[in-house]
Amino acid sequence: MTMDNAKVLEQLKGEFADAIVDDVDFRGDLTVVVSLEKLHDIMLYLHDDKALHYDLLSDVVGIDKMPREPRFEVAYVLHSMDDFRRLLVKVMVPIDVEVPTVTDIWNSANWSEREVYDLMGITFSDHPDMRRLLMWDDFDGHPLRKDFPLKGKDFDKKWDPSTIQVL
Amino acid sequence: MAEGKILTINMGPHHPATHGVLRLVLELDGETIVKVTPHIGHLHRGIEKIAENMNYQQVIPLTDRFDYTAATLCNEGYCTAVEKLLGIEVPKRAQYIRVIMGELARIMGHHLWIGSHALDIGAMTVVFYTFRDREMIMNMTEEVSGYRLTPSYLRIGGIAQDITPQFIKDLRAFIKWFPTALEGYNTLLTDNIIWRKRTMGIGKISAKDAINYGLTGPSLRGSGVAYDIRKTMPYGCYKDFDFKVPVGDNGDVYDRYLVRMEEFTQSLNIIEQALENLPEGPVNVDNPLISNPDLGAVQEDISALIRRFKIQCQGPEVPSGEIYHSVEGSKGELGFYLVGDGSENPYRMKVRSPCFILVSALEKMMLGHMLADAISVIGSIDIVLGEIDR
Repeated sequence: MTMDNAKVLEQLKGEFADAIVDDVDFRGDLTVVVSLEKLHDIMLYLHDDKALHYDLLSDVVGIDKMPREPRFEVAYVLHSMDDFRRLLVKVMVPIDVEVPTVTDIWNSANWSEREVYDLMGITFSDHPDMRRLLMWDDFDGHPLRKDFPLKGKDFDKKWDPSTIQVL
Repeated sequence: MAEGKILTINMGPHHPATHGVLRLVLELDGETIVKVTPHIGHLHRGIEKIAENMNYQQVIPLTDRFDYTAATLCNEGYCTAVEKLLGIEVPKRAQYIRVIMGELARIMGHHLWIGSHALDIGAMTVVFYTFRDREMIMNMTEEVSGYRLTPSYLRIGGIAQDITPQFIKDLRAFIKWFPTALEGYNTLLTDNIIWRKRTMGIGKISAKDAINYGLTGPSLRGSGVAYDIRKTMPYGCYKDFDFKVPVGDNGDVYDRYLVRMEEFTQSLNIIEQALENLPEGPVNVDNPLISNPDLGAVQEDISALIRRFKIQCQGPEVPSGEIYHSVEGSKGELGFYLVGDGSENPYRMKVRSPCFILVSALEKMMLGHMLADAISVIGSIDIVLGEIDR
């Protein structure tokens, strides 16, 4: 049985009627906006359900929509290896609120979530290894946030060699 | 060494077999690997942040710097993503030329992979042959785009300029020559007993695990999952071509090797079909707000000159919306998550890098193997650090 976007949405709405906040069908891809509280349950359902069976988590994307409240969005790109469908799941995340990890469902979420934490500053609760990934460990700030300057925080200060600490 | 004592060693970031600046902290029990901690980010340039401050047209040269071994495929990923957001379709001729250049880039990427992979394991001869043939493709790329490694040949809505008669001549010569070269690589490695002993049964990963760890591309196909975006979610004109998706059975280093070797043949097959059926016509969309006027018109017409400046300095205005689009890169699923806000700059560009996810699965593939096998595993997943760190 092949599933199309309408069928996927229908099944999801049947199971989690109150947790689906919004749905957008844009350029052939379905995006489902879900509530943060139910995120982990929905993701587990999407992975385990026989008909849906989204077994490949391609990516986790953090988006900063700065003046807006809630400020952040986290989007998950899911693929099914049965008939190669795509689904985008999205949650709205206010600042300083933790998102439940999906690493226990898809191992590929491990590094993707770490990258979102590193560059966007969104923390994932119960993540096995929530450390910085691309930036160095004592880096201050999250570079992909919209309020982070393009040239770095100290771009207008003079460089002072005496501040260098030799390890 | 005393029984059970763990030795921690540091591999990289300057180790030649890590293909760039990847640092692995390996914990060894005797010579057996018990823990792997990859450290990345040494080549982090913040391309996603830079892209937010540039217009859509100016981002194209940045995408070359992801997977610089097969740069045209990264251009293709980005340009098709923007075109999806714009909702336009590229003329047929441009699509065919994109396929030709993309598949040449894939062959180029695989050339570097097989050369360095064999070099890491100790078969030094192969790299000389692959670089000889890689040079032919580089010369062809230079002929059409002016650049060799990072051509930036694609544009939003088409390509930079049409291919030349000299390019077609060179390409025909390459198509005629390449099967012979491929036979040479096969003779050197496929039945080579040392090669087989170093690669068979090493770095095994089952299909279920491979999917769960997010592997894509030849690394996933080596485990027997036929996930090739050119077939499963065709973009551009890949529907027009008849080609096979090779898959392996065991998911070990040797199977991933066989899959990539077969991809050489399939890519050549696609190029041949595209060249035979190359349609006539324009190579850019007929939309003055998106595509550059051609250089001839710029010389004669002041309005064309102004339009060219405007398009290069401002880029097209892209509607607001969010899309995810992926293409089959030479390493796996290369995806672009683009958020447009109606202005000329991308509001957010997130790159789904195949190598990034492959490195996170390194531990799964390496555990329980010898230290020397770590080199085979790194070589077999074919990583490029420019794409991992972005």
